[in-house]
Amino acid sequence: MKMAMTTTVPAKRYSNSTYRTIKRMKALGLYAGVAAVLVYMLFPYYWAIVSSTKSGQALYQFSLVPSLDFSNYWQLFHNPVFMGALVNSGLVAFASTMISLVIGILAAYALGRLQLSPGRIILIAVLMISIFPQVVVLSGMFEVIGWLGLYNRPSALIVSYLILTLPFTTWILTSFIRDLPTELEEAALIDGCSRLRVLTHVLLPLMGPAIASAGLLSFILAWNEFLFALTFILTDENRTVPVAIGLLTGSSRYEYPFGQIMAASVTVTLPLLVLVLIFQRKIVAGLTSGAVKG
Amino acid sequence: MSAAERMQRQQNRTAWLFLLPLIIALVGVAIWPLTRSIFFSFTDAFLDAPANYGFVGIDNFITVAEDPVFWRAVKNTLFFTVISVGLETLLGLAIALLLHRAFVGRGIVRAAILVPWAMPMVVSTRIWEWMLNDQFGLINKLFVTLGLVEKGIAWTAEPTLILYTVIFIDVWVTTPFMVLLILAGLQLIPEEIYEAAEVSGVPHWKRFWSITLPLATPAIGVAMLFRTLDALRMFDLSYVLAANNENTMTMSIYARDQLISFQDLGLGSAASTWVFMIIGLIAIAIVGVLRLDRATG
Repeated sequence: MKMAMTTTVPAKRYSNSTYRTIKRMKALGLYAGVAAVLVYMLFPYYWAIVSSTKSGQALYQFSLVPSLDFSNYWQLFHNPVFMGALVNSGLVAFASTMISLVIGILAAYALGRLQLSPGRIILIAVLMISIFPQVVVLSGMFEVIGWLGLYNRPSALIVSYLILTLPFTTWILTSFIRDLPTELEEAALIDGCSRLRVLTHVLLPLMGPAIASAGLLSFILAWNEFLFALTFILTDENRTVPVAIGLLTGSSRYEYPFGQIMAASVTVTLPLLVLVLIFQRKIVAGLTSGAVKG
Repeated sequence: MSAAERMQRQQNRTAWLFLLPLIIALVGVAIWPLTRSIFFSFTDAFLDAPANYGFVGIDNFITVAEDPVFWRAVKNTLFFTVISVGLETLLGLAIALLLHRAFVGRGIVRAAILVPWAMPMVVSTRIWEWMLNDQFGLINKLFVTLGLVEKGIAWTAEPTLILYTVIFIDVWVTTPFMVLLILAGLQLIPEEIYEAAEVSGVPHWKRFWSITLPLATPAIGVAMLFRTLDALRMFDLSYVLAANNENTMTMSIYARDQLISFQDLGLGSAASTWVFMIIGLIAIAIVGVLRLDRATG
């Protein structure tokens, strides 16, 4: 320690007032940086909100305040295709999330607790499936959906989205179960509980945070998915919102219904933003749990 | 058989039972479709009558490999991946370092930067398409007002610009993800190291180079791996912005085009099998580098 002390450069000394100025400048720089980041990340969405409340000529004037003209929303909510798409998206995202949670919880218990020798291999396979490019399974999935008789039905998406939602649901839940203490379960097992009962009555009540993380992430993934939704659904009334917005075009390049597109964009993003802002910590925990530990 | 052995066997059976739904589901939606896609690559099947096929050997693979459009798509995808993951990493690291400091409202700011990441990619694309519109877009309006350009630039139509526009939008969408993962890595660095460095008078930039960066490298590496694999399969951003425009066409768009637009199940499957092989090789290479890094570091 002494050696180190003698070799270091002596710290510069500032007078009290210079020190305070430097400190103030640093704080100012920090807040300016944070403000710049916020503008970069949030302004586009703000601009979408502003534009969605303008129609006609107002849309092409660059006023930064919303003009409170809700005719775009009015039209949107009276558009049966868009409202149908909202319902489809909600149903599909909800159902595929629920299914992957149930399957994922069962699997996570087996992988996280019951020492199974091929468990590691299964986990690695699950991880590899999550990095599959979706397009690689497209033709095979087409056939599976045909066999199940689900072509052009929203339930085709519930089934096919499992390839997206199952792997990381399983992954998050498994790493959570591994970190839980085992004493409670052992006590329950000695008392003669079955494994399923241990899972549903002892573990499940403790798994709230992990289930919330996994569920939210999988809901967002399914709500936002585009490629399968574009490919397996043919008719407008069965589409999900991302595809409906993706296919919204005007009669020509110059008649682009930007106001309506922005209204639709704001509408589909709003539920996600509410979820994200409320459950920010859960989402961050879910996103980082696999990455940091693995 | 001893009681312990019997218990172990019983436990194994239960474990398999619990795993069964997962295995059935993943075989059904991942492994089986993948196998079928590879199988169809060797056939001349069409989408309207998939049961009606003959084997054509590796003809489809050759046809795809001889198609300049395919190589254009591969080139676009690789260029897009390298540039956007590179920019996202730099920007993500910078923002993560900033948000790692203590300031009032840090929690809210961290939640707020998630907004671009949580939006559907389609929506982000549409919003930027509107902001970058050549006539009525805010960005061009700003540039014209500042006197940077005479007349609005067609960011989303000009063939030489459109791929950069795609990269720009992607950086906006995925930087939050990078920030989160790098922040999580930064939070694992013990504060004591910095205190020790400060006491010994190690200057700021050197603290960054010899403490922060090396210790955050694993987190950055994992984040880059995820993002790279994600970028290589990109579909929606290019598709919504420019459909099958050759200037932004990715490998995924090419493969889907063969399969759906041309209804050519054999050729489309061969194209997607090529995509699978290319991405697989890149993944193996990256994981190898990361391992090497960990072994030597």
